[in-house]
Amino acid sequence: MLAYLIRRLVQTALILVGVSFVTFLLLYVLPADPVRQIAGRSATAQTVENIRHQLGLDQPFIVQYANYFSGLVQGDFGRSYLQKTEVGALIASRLPATLLLMLGAIFCELLIGLTLGSIAAIKRGKWIDQLLMVFSFAAVSAPQFVVGLLALYIFAVKLGWFPIGGYGTFAHLVLPSLTLGIMGSGWYSRMMRSSMVDVLRADFIRTARAKGLTRWRVLGRHALPNAILPIIAMIGIDIGLFMSGIVVVESVFGWPGIGQLAWQAIQRVDIPIIMGVTMVSATAIVLGNLLADLITPFIDPRIKLR
Amino acid sequence: MSAQAQTTPGAVAAPGIATGPEAGAPVLTVDGLTISVRQDGGEAVLVDNLSFALGRGETLALAGESGSGKSLTSLAIMGLLAPGLRVSGGAVRLRDTDLTALPESALRGLRGNRVAMIFQEPMTSLNPILTIGAQLTEAIRAHEPVSKSDARVRALEALKAVRLSQPEKRMTQYPHELSGGMRQRVMIAMALALEPDVLIADEPTTALDVTVQREVLDLLRDLQREHGTAIILITHDMGVVAEMADRVVILKQGQMVEVAPVRDLFAAPKKQYTRDLLAAVPRLGDGSSAQALPEPVSQTPIASLSEVKVRFDIRGGILSRVTHRVHAVENVGFNVYPGETFSLVGESGCGKSTIAKALVGLVPHLGRIELNGHVLGGLSAQDQKALRRDVQIVFQDPMAALDPRMRVGDLVAEPLLIHGIGSSESRRATARELFDRVGLSPDWIDRYPHEFSGGQRQRICIARALALRPKLIICDESVSALDVSVQARVLDLLKSLQADFGVSYLFISHDMAVVENISDRIAVMYLGQIVEMGTRAQVFGNPQHSYTKRLIEAVPVPDPSFERPLRPRLTGDIPSPIYSLGEQPERLLLKNIGDGHLVAVG
Repeated sequence: MLAYLIRRLVQTALILVGVSFVTFLLLYVLPADPVRQIAGRSATAQTVENIRHQLGLDQPFIVQYANYFSGLVQGDFGRSYLQKTEVGALIASRLPATLLLMLGAIFCELLIGLTLGSIAAIKRGKWIDQLLMVFSFAAVSAPQFVVGLLALYIFAVKLGWFPIGGYGTFAHLVLPSLTLGIMGSGWYSRMMRSSMVDVLRADFIRTARAKGLTRWRVLGRHALPNAILPIIAMIGIDIGLFMSGIVVVESVFGWPGIGQLAWQAIQRVDIPIIMGVTMVSATAIVLGNLLADLITPFIDPRIKLR
Repeated sequence: MSAQAQTTPGAVAAPGIATGPEAGAPVLTVDGLTISVRQDGGEAVLVDNLSFALGRGETLALAGESGSGKSLTSLAIMGLLAPGLRVSGGAVRLRDTDLTALPESALRGLRGNRVAMIFQEPMTSLNPILTIGAQLTEAIRAHEPVSKSDARVRALEALKAVRLSQPEKRMTQYPHELSGGMRQRVMIAMALALEPDVLIADEPTTALDVTVQREVLDLLRDLQREHGTAIILITHDMGVVAEMADRVVILKQGQMVEVAPVRDLFAAPKKQYTRDLLAAVPRLGDGSSAQALPEPVSQTPIASLSEVKVRFDIRGGILSRVTHRVHAVENVGFNVYPGETFSLVGESGCGKSTIAKALVGLVPHLGRIELNGHVLGGLSAQDQKALRRDVQIVFQDPMAALDPRMRVGDLVAEPLLIHGIGSSESRRATARELFDRVGLSPDWIDRYPHEFSGGQRQRICIARALALRPKLIICDESVSALDVSVQARVLDLLKSLQADFGVSYLFISHDMAVVENISDRIAVMYLGQIVEMGTRAQVFGNPQHSYTKRLIEAVPVPDPSFERPLRPRLTGDIPSPIYSLGEQPERLLLKNIGDGHLVAVG
């Protein structure tokens, strides 16, 4: 177990080094010039060159990357070109909001997805199964900004149940989490349905019924935990999908997280922030996967980590 | 004559035939049971008007081939029919209660409590993520208002009753940590913990090795004697029927063919179908009348193995270094000569299938394998491919071995295509010829595998193996999944093909009776090594090694009058072939005790 953990952490570090290099390279070859953004339109060629030199952007790519990487190893994400603050501090101030939103979204998508998927599997072939699968299809296909605006219009503007936007209370969290989670719930309900259908056909379900257990006990204790097993690994991968959704949802709901930060940075070619946000998200994805793999043996005794 | 009139005399009017003095009023009566499946535009009858009665302490066998409706009947008794199936007529009475008329909630109270069931697949019939203890206590607490700790005590007693070693430890273990035989014991413990009136055993030993089957059958009989449980035994194995049953119901495609006390049925079957079924059952001793080939020492062998070892690495630690090895095959050597059938027998995990894989190059091996005079492994890819023409393989599950999206004619001709033989017309002609040769109509070559029955599919696999005119065909449990009547016909086909083409077979099986039926020479394997090797007459007529004796003795004998000699009950599991790095299994030395009959010493 410890050996496994060490091996996985080493792998994680290598993956992050790779991500930092590829992202840095992509931003380097990008035709947009960050110096022009900083200097403004009226700046002279001399000013532009001065700024470029100041930021070290006139150095060869490999030197720039080496400088960035050595900072990264020491936990230094560099300074924002435009906001003139440490990127690390910027991210740190916004990360809690994003993590909260992510947790809310995971909760929503699992609650909705697993419940609907299980119901569909139990009522397989009936009208309710078909209805739920239509819902899941719609949930997967609906663009998040549409879902977000619709949710705002109905539940905030018309019904007034939730605030229109902002951050601070539990009520603020509900609509963004739901919007972010609804797409995943579509995926999960489909996966859960097919997983549950398989499990309900399994021999041990027949054994459980032959023991004379109640329907609820057969479902709750024998079918559900076995059906969830293949889904756990998916949750880790999901965090990656969230990152793209978070940019949209945070803008729609005015949620002060790193999604907004990234959006502003991309518009203004603020490379240190883009790099920082990418590295933090990549870390989240890799750790999320690791966490999912570490949880599995506690639910499935057949799996041994080594 | 109604079915009712047919059965009741056997059960009630002649209680002496049903076992034991207590067999009086029946515990369970199945009366005109009819099971139907909903289909578009109506219902099709799957089990038709089935009637029988079961007395206390009696064992009734429902015997028949696949599709006879025997498992459906058991599920109908339990009220566990799949959606779409229903009991469309008749009644199932537990003493005076009609189970088919009970609501689900009342039925649930009886399930597992008064009627319990064990299933064919012990590997998949237990929930993989709950401990044995949790699953046992749950069954007890579903019916009796006892505390968790009391239920645990009861569960532990149940595990002791099925003579499972280390019962305390088993309570905390998960199903995957137990062997198949141990899991089936757990299933039996679970079924009998509440002392049900009726136990339905649906092919309880079919998935188990023959020595484990022996243990489980012994156990069922002992427990029945202690508790007076009535048993419905569902099986396709007439040997098991003969050993276990008091009375037998023979089923064919949902129809009751014959009901009779077991001795009468075997001594004087009344119906033609029963006679055919019994005739098809492979029996130990059947083969001894056939003349055995003399040891063809003068010929060069088709396949020659010496000192062959196959080991699989198990990795662990931070750097994933090899820490243990599975010694699947250890120092195995034998020759297969032209035109002979050489069999490898042994129980699951003994390495017999691994040898087959090594022979066709699917797993890496150490030691020397020669095919047709060429050493396997030391050749270029081109030569390897050429060598493979001479060795073909027929697997156990014909459905899994045929690509469902290819036409069967293309499947049979594919080996020719791979080796670039002939034109597309000539390959098609060859496929037609081969179909004819294996007893299928050549007009069927444009059909798909799902349009054929299991036996026909295996014939297709055999036709495919023959396409390249190989010198050696490896039959890896090729007839194990087939019904006995189909099995007998496929074995006959294999023999006649051998006579025509002079092909050799390496026949791999766990079924001693089948092996005796078809083999010229036999090697018995145990834990990766050969423990005994010789001609059929030597191994079956004069078994020397204790494991060979144990295997032969464990085979159920399809003769109810056969008195099994009293021997100590078999217990214990086969040890593991996994060794730490550097450790090795002890090498068995084979000693010639005369005429090439080799027996491991020690």
